Amino acid sequence: MSLSPSSQMGFSGRPRVGLFVTCLVDLIRPRIGFAALALLEQAGCDVVVPEAQTCCGQPAFNSGASDHARALAKNLIKAFELFDYIVVPSGSCAGMIKLHYKELFKSEPAWRDRAIALAGRTYELLSFLTDVRSYTPAGVSLKAVATYHDSCSGLRELGIEKQPRQLLSNVQGLSLKPLAGHDVCCGFGGTFCVKYPSISNAIVEEKARDIESTGAELLLGGDLGCLMNMAGKLHRNGSKVRAYHAAEVIAGMADGPALGEETSF
Amino acid sequence: MTALETDFKPFKTRVEDALANRTLKVAIERTTGTARLKRAAAVSTWPNFAGARDLGRRIKDHVTSNLDHYLIEFERNAIASGAKVHWASTAEEACEIVVDICKAANAKSVTRSKSMLGEEIGLPLALEKAGITRVETDLAEHIVQLAGDKPSHIIWPALHRTREEVAELFRKHHHTPQNSDEIPAMVRSARRQLREAFLRADVGISGANFLIADSGAVCTVTNEGNAELTTTIPRVHIVTAGIEKLVPSLRHAMVLLRLLVRSATGADFTQYTTFHCGPKRPGDADGPEEFHIVLVDNGRTHMLGGDLNDMLRCLRCGACMNHCVVYRQIGGHAYGGTYPGPMGSVLTPELDGLAGSRDLVHACTLNGNCQQVCPVDIPLPTLLRGWREKSWNEGLEPRSVRRALWFWAFAARHPFLYRMATAVAVRVLRLFGEAGWVRSMPMAKGWTSHRDFPKPASRTFMEQYRAAQRRARK
Ligand code: SF4
Repeated sequence: MSLSPSSQMGFSGRPRVGLFVTCLVDLIRPRIGFAALALLEQAGCDVVVPEAQTCCGQPAFNSGASDHARALAKNLIKAFELFDYIVVPSGSCAGMIKLHYKELFKSEPAWRDRAIALAGRTYELLSFLTDVRSYTPAGVSLKAVATYHDSCSGLRELGIEKQPRQLLSNVQGLSLKPLAGHDVCCGFGGTFCVKYPSISNAIVEEKARDIESTGAELLLGGDLGCLMNMAGKLHRNGSKVRAYHAAEVIAGMADGPALGEETSF
Repeated sequence: MTALETDFKPFKTRVEDALANRTLKVAIERTTGTARLKRAAAVSTWPNFAGARDLGRRIKDHVTSNLDHYLIEFERNAIASGAKVHWASTAEEACEIVVDICKAANAKSVTRSKSMLGEEIGLPLALEKAGITRVETDLAEHIVQLAGDKPSHIIWPALHRTREEVAELFRKHHHTPQNSDEIPAMVRSARRQLREAFLRADVGISGANFLIADSGAVCTVTNEGNAELTTTIPRVHIVTAGIEKLVPSLRHAMVLLRLLVRSATGADFTQYTTFHCGPKRPGDADGPEEFHIVLVDNGRTHMLGGDLNDMLRCLRCGACMNHCVVYRQIGGHAYGGTYPGPMGSVLTPELDGLAGSRDLVHACTLNGNCQQVCPVDIPLPTLLRGWREKSWNEGLEPRSVRRALWFWAFAARHPFLYRMATAVAVRVLRLFGEAGWVRSMPMAKGWTSHRDFPKPASRTFMEQYRAAQRRARK
């Protein structure tokens, strides 16, 4: 079986991108998926959202359930391996595919090769826009003061730090305030936050304090899981800070409801 | 409450106790916060930190993969220098050897300078059982001993005690108690107290930071000079050291020493860096008459070449715990093992068994900060994940977790079923929400007891996307 990317690129001159929206975006906040879709199209890509996508398998992988994780990884590889690129609006799921799939298939060489081939074409959304597509948002404005939290997997596994800031600096009227401990874990950790709720709470309590003390109105980030954790804590504490995925802001969708604000869309 | 009392409680109870203790939180933050700042400064002014880190890693890996060679070389050179070398394959054996040496020397009282290996093998308890008086000479260990505690950090064993608590302890236990809570006065008081012990001791016991193969020398580093007084005054000096402490030569030790000290405290170097090589020779001004080195395996050869091989690089610098969001909330005692923090969560299942330390390997967000600051690049998150896999495969995971993951994985392997299940799920979730948020939900207390959960949109992304596509086709 040929594992090479599709030849669509030669045909239309536009890369064919498979968008993996992630299970959390699918379930909780579809707006992020639509923001990603719009941004990728603006960045000159033909975007397909494969029907067969579900979850990358990270919760199983991090729980030690490698068999389950492998089954889900195979499902995802099959769904995406024929695209030029697979793009994910989450550093943590992108990191899973890019770095950990090959570990999962240590003893299945055929799948390992497919995983490695896919890993080379897998990108987190914001870094794909800047690093691969040299995309710069144009004509987007949002008058607001925001702060940015770097989610751990994106930051440490994929080295994403400058890219979201670069994109956000092109949103007119938006000013970014530095967040003390922007690179410190928010305490989400996937299933960690429900397995050890009181530790997770103590961590996110500190994070919420740091966010509040920036004086920003908006909290931005690149991973829905962490955003849900921080926004959920802020809301419980009665904070006025509103949270968006950075992609929503860059796509000009931040005039809509923030995370946790009543929405039917 | 002392650490010894917390030991027998389950992990989650220990965690709750720690979280409820606000002074503990303040104490942890004071020490680790300073350590983080100073380490960051030290690393940022080190022109080629990455290069040194890589070299350190390679030195340790080289030694681990040639351990037999260096062990034999070290033993040969140590014996040539006049030392007696003992081999202990287990913690019990190591304690027995130390106790026997003490008995042969007719020792009534021993001084000990800080050694995590000593804690690991249970030496304090073994000495106590043998009726030998033990005096801890490291200031923090002295505090721990007075309080009947266990160390809660591998660099600052008494980090969990505030200055006020220490003053109280000193007032109670010192011959000439100081009324002052001032640190210099407390230090003077401890010094007076310990001076006597130093002079009285028959045997001094220390650990080792490095065992130098080509000279048979043992290197210790301290900031208080207590190791020097522990090892030079008594008639007998015993070193207990893990076999992974070997380095080929002094040059290699220097590379690792810089990494160790800067990662631990951010200082350029420790106040005292001492090389002990053999007993007192004729004409020497001081030094012990007998010099014993106990080389301890205690599971290390089992780690060799296995999943935990990388862990043998560990320099015991403590940077991983200083930077760990979990350690910073719960402190060292909640971990329950000899070693706390990320490196402890990797080592404790190996030392004490996985069944009893299942929680440790899960109570981690896998955020990767520990590996990033580790001076020898130990992939701590990967090693913890390895333990989780083992725990899963050995059936140690709770039935509820297994079942939930099984269902999730089954659905996720069948996209059609998954689409239906998720479409139902968001509709059900929405029933619990009001004004955008779910404040409480059965089966999701872990989340909603502390934070609100954003109410999902009315339809999943996939439903909305498909509908949009249908509209576009029309
Ligand atoms: S694991 Fe690394 S950071 Fe942690 S104590 Fe060992 S050497 Fe230091």
